[in-house]
Amino acid sequence: MKTSPWTLIFGAWLIAAMATLGALFMSEIMGFAPCVLCWYQRIFMFPLVFILAAGLFPFDPKVLRYSLPLAVVGLLVAGFHLLLVAGYIPESLTPCRQGIPCSTVQVEWLGFVTIPLLSFFAFLVVNALLITAYLKTPK
Amino acid sequence: MKQKSIFTIAAVLLIAAFIVGAFFYKNQKTEQAARLAAQNQVALVRAHSPTFGNADAPVHIVEFLDPACGTCRDFYPLVKNLMAAHPGKIQVSVRYAPFHPGSDQVVKVMEAAHKQGKFQQTLEALFASQAVWVQNHTAQVDLIWSPLGSLGLDMDRIKSDMNSPEIARTIEQDLADAKTMNVTMTPEFFVNGKPLPSFGFEQLQTLVDEALVNTNTK
Repeated sequence: MKTSPWTLIFGAWLIAAMATLGALFMSEIMGFAPCVLCWYQRIFMFPLVFILAAGLFPFDPKVLRYSLPLAVVGLLVAGFHLLLVAGYIPESLTPCRQGIPCSTVQVEWLGFVTIPLLSFFAFLVVNALLITAYLKTPK
Repeated sequence: MKQKSIFTIAAVLLIAAFIVGAFFYKNQKTEQAARLAAQNQVALVRAHSPTFGNADAPVHIVEFLDPACGTCRDFYPLVKNLMAAHPGKIQVSVRYAPFHPGSDQVVKVMEAAHKQGKFQQTLEALFASQAVWVQNHTAQVDLIWSPLGSLGLDMDRIKSDMNSPEIARTIEQDLADAKTMNVTMTPEFFVNGKPLPSFGFEQLQTLVDEALVNTNTK
């Protein structure tokens, strides 16, 4: 099946929108306070919803240039957070000083699904879709 | 256009899922809180808790409060007005929930003042001077003495009482009860054993009105 760049970017938008609403659900409805690293991931995830949507109508492949930097940096932050929760990076080396320590695990679904894992996975899929779209776009 | 309708449908579905999810989650939480409160009526109020208002009042409000909490300060006159609006009908019991850093010390002073029969005056003086002794969300017990100076408290006795094991036990009990009742934020109100469905003065007023109607029809 031939997937058009539009569909790939739409998929990335869908993931970003779900991640954004999911994050808002957990902080606003369920009342979990986001830690510092969570805020950085939000900073890179939330704008994707609007930037990608703007690039879909009318379709503009240049949207990849504007969204990929956010997606890549977000993935790095999420990866860092994941390593922190897993204990590979000591907490003292991180920017978390007050409020909720970033190594606190607030949610553990099915025994292994944590919020940082969800975030990392969302960034990973968004990056994969956007990079595939980039490669498929005729230069 | 096909792409546009796919996008619109997806956006609407996502937002609808969010709203429906929020609705169900809140409902579930409210039910849980009500069940928890119903099961733990013993933990709601203890014999030692400072209480004011008519002891035979049909409506009993239990408030978990932190003297260093700004919202507790703002709610205090509202609760007082509510009591004044229904004279003799409302009794208020206070439970200590010193969640702010340093607040545990201030609460000890309040309990020591309670022993001298000056709980309400102390609470009011503390709320009135909150900006003085709460700095950066941290309660500074050293700064409360001058605002409390004019109440006629026996300060020497306060300073020795506040470190007594009895007062420490009272506060431990209150904190343990707050945990049992799942009180994580202050102020938290229970009206005749029922928690607020969601936080707000209107919700408190509604619960009080309901309780008043229930007692009138009995």
